[in-house]
Amino acid sequence: MAEPNLQSQKDRAEQMTPERTRGGVSFMPRVDIFENEKELTLYADMPGIRPEDVDLRYEQGELVLHGRFQPGQRQGHSLLREYDEGDYYRVFQIHESIDNSRIEATCKNGVLTIHLPKLEASRPRQIAVRGQ
Amino acid sequence: MRLSRWQPSNPIWNQLNQLQTEMNQLFERWGGEGQGQAGAVAYPAVNVWEDAEAVQVEAELPGLDLKDLEIYVTGGNQLSIKGERKQNVAGQGVWHRQERGHGAFVRVLTLPYEVNRDKVEARLENGVLKVRLPKNEAAKPRKITVKGD
Repeated sequence: MAEPNLQSQKDRAEQMTPERTRGGVSFMPRVDIFENEKELTLYADMPGIRPEDVDLRYEQGELVLHGRFQPGQRQGHSLLREYDEGDYYRVFQIHESIDNSRIEATCKNGVLTIHLPKLEASRPRQIAVRGQ
Repeated sequence: MRLSRWQPSNPIWNQLNQLQTEMNQLFERWGGEGQGQAGAVAYPAVNVWEDAEAVQVEAELPGLDLKDLEIYVTGGNQLSIKGERKQNVAGQGVWHRQERGHGAFVRVLTLPYEVNRDKVEARLENGVLKVRLPKNEAAKPRKITVKGD
């Protein structure tokens, strides 16, 4: 059993988001990235973001994640504020050759899961060596 | 606009949670991820609002289902949020990054009002836990008519 390593602190986005037309902050979503011989899988924590508010792009080896936060109306007044809400933004350079047409993403319980299948050509291939 | 992470705006609240804050700091000092991080708070971080009827607590818990959580109200005004965030399990391959935390957690909050625990409602929306705790009748504000002579 691994040691718990939960963090309640969110990190501000280091990369510049596209020019904003409204105020607010952007956060850098925490990610796990897994690679096997078929694909790269990326998991990003974006709590508060609805699936329809995720803008995901893959272009020339760059994967751009942008979760647009929709502020809700809240009644009453604040007693305690330990975290801020805002957009999520992060860009990744993907070195593997990805099959653009087969990228799939789902967003559930505030976690965005992206499957980036590798191009057939870039997958490792077992080459049979025959004897004489 | 700069928002500070710790902004108790109610003096009663401030007093009630001073102990919790000190406890958290104590735990952080004894190791763990909080060590050395200025302003680190317990997990999960919470935002709390109140209106005339209820206290509303929100916490970001991405990847959790309601079944992974245990939410209790004890002693009339203590809310505890207990759960576990599981680690990703994968087959053959390589992890390039593992930034998302995992592990068991419990957070206990002392609310500034007695609440009606039979009417507490909790839901998860896109990884955000939202708990609405209606105040006890006695804790609700009352309009007092001031009569003239």
